[in-house]
Amino acid sequence: MSDPAQPVSFRGGGFVAQRRRGVGLAVFVVLLLLAEWGTRTGFISQLTLPRPSDVLATFGELYQSGLLFKHLIPSLTRLIVGAAIGASLGIALGVFIGLFSLVRAGLVPLIAAIFPIPKIALLPLFVIWFGIDEASKYALIAFGTFTPTVVATYAAVDNVDRTLIRMGQSFGLSWRSIVGKIVLPGAMPGILSGLRISLTIAIILLVAAEMLGAEYGIGAYILQAGSLYDLERLFAGVVILSVLGVLVSGVIGIIERRVLRWRV
Amino acid sequence: MDLRLQNVSHSYGDTEVLRGIDLEVPSGQIVCIVGPSGCGKSTLLRMLGGLERPASGDILQLGEPPADCLNPLTFIFQDFALLPWRSVRGNVELVLEDHGLPRAKRDAIIDDVLARTKLTEFGAALPKQLSGGMKQRVAIARALAVNPAVMLMDEPLSALDSQTRELLMDDLIALWTRQPFTAVYVTHNLAEAVRLGHKIVVLSRRPGQIREVVELTTPLAERQYGDAGLEAQQQHLWGLMRDEAAAADAELINV
Repeated sequence: MSDPAQPVSFRGGGFVAQRRRGVGLAVFVVLLLLAEWGTRTGFISQLTLPRPSDVLATFGELYQSGLLFKHLIPSLTRLIVGAAIGASLGIALGVFIGLFSLVRAGLVPLIAAIFPIPKIALLPLFVIWFGIDEASKYALIAFGTFTPTVVATYAAVDNVDRTLIRMGQSFGLSWRSIVGKIVLPGAMPGILSGLRISLTIAIILLVAAEMLGAEYGIGAYILQAGSLYDLERLFAGVVILSVLGVLVSGVIGIIERRVLRWRV
Repeated sequence: MDLRLQNVSHSYGDTEVLRGIDLEVPSGQIVCIVGPSGCGKSTLLRMLGGLERPASGDILQLGEPPADCLNPLTFIFQDFALLPWRSVRGNVELVLEDHGLPRAKRDAIIDDVLARTKLTEFGAALPKQLSGGMKQRVAIARALAVNPAVMLMDEPLSALDSQTRELLMDDLIALWTRQPFTAVYVTHNLAEAVRLGHKIVVLSRRPGQIREVVELTTPLAERQYGDAGLEAQQQHLWGLMRDEAAAADAELINV
């Protein structure tokens, strides 16, 4: 054989999720710098987009006047209480649907029917049921968190390795042990990724609920700013929401790394 | 404690998988069940362990299991069935937690079975860190922890490479020699059957019926890798199974 030698061309690689630090931050920074530069040079008019440094200044005022916490604390309370109620009920019902065929047959169509309802449309109903105060806001956020959590949870329970359950039965484990030590931990990855979505929905609903009837809260603050076309304040509010979203996602990421350390 | 199957038959829908099985599993012996794929040998094992009900016939437990036995009929699975979120110790502990044993007693059992399966140093490791052979040793340790009257092994070595399989077979023989246990061992590997079986039950293809029961008298400890006598037995078994296996292979699966 006297054929010329050629290196075998590489065609593997890619399709693997790798952890890269700082890239996400860099994207934010570049976009902000671009907006700052554009508004300063007049490339982007002040009416189209507020200058990031002005938004920052507004945010500083908000902080100094003490109004920031006056808005933030009720919002966070609503978010935490509502999402906690919705997520825990959702996980519980999802596990029941996953475990019992009768519950599944009865409730899956119902869940499918209420899933697509924009929950905000039901706010008047919640106001009648729970009053104009906090309870109706909790209910709205809880309801909105509940449905996606149920769907994610029962899908996660369905995905638990049946051979592990059979193993538990073959060792005579009690029903409670099988559920608590095999089904729930096995469903945890799916439940957590479901929570990522439902908690984001909770933030959206929080704002919607506060826009419809609240004196304080980030939603109310954004609504006030919006009706005055005060873009700096509007954006200051929006930034708070974004930060909230990033925080929620980060917290779930930490929990995932803690709880799911066993995953390959 | 012995096990007895009386005229056991089973079918999934229209597919008859087992027909008229009569079998005795005597105490202190390893009974191997071999047969072509799809002959119902795993179904038979699940019935022995109470994970499935036969359509007809009886599965009987003769005599009482020993008093300190926590789970008389204990499985070892082909795919190990270890909880990936629990350490080696945790996986063994899982099957002891429901029995209300005092902490010290539980720890003593775990230490003992990990030592018997040579896993003492790996107690804190997670399953994903272990090789296939080690995973199956953890599963064996877990089975030993409940002190079973009968071990039901469903192709325990089939997911392992052949070198690991040899090593684990030696381990199983050593375990049995130290303290004879009763086992039903389902496999499609005839070499495993002649190394480990006191009694080898050959099933025909679907519907599974007993074609022949071969008794081997050579003590387990004296059976070596590549032994001529075992080789002859293996040839004999292969003669019984060859045509069945070929026919089973050509069948369409519609279960």
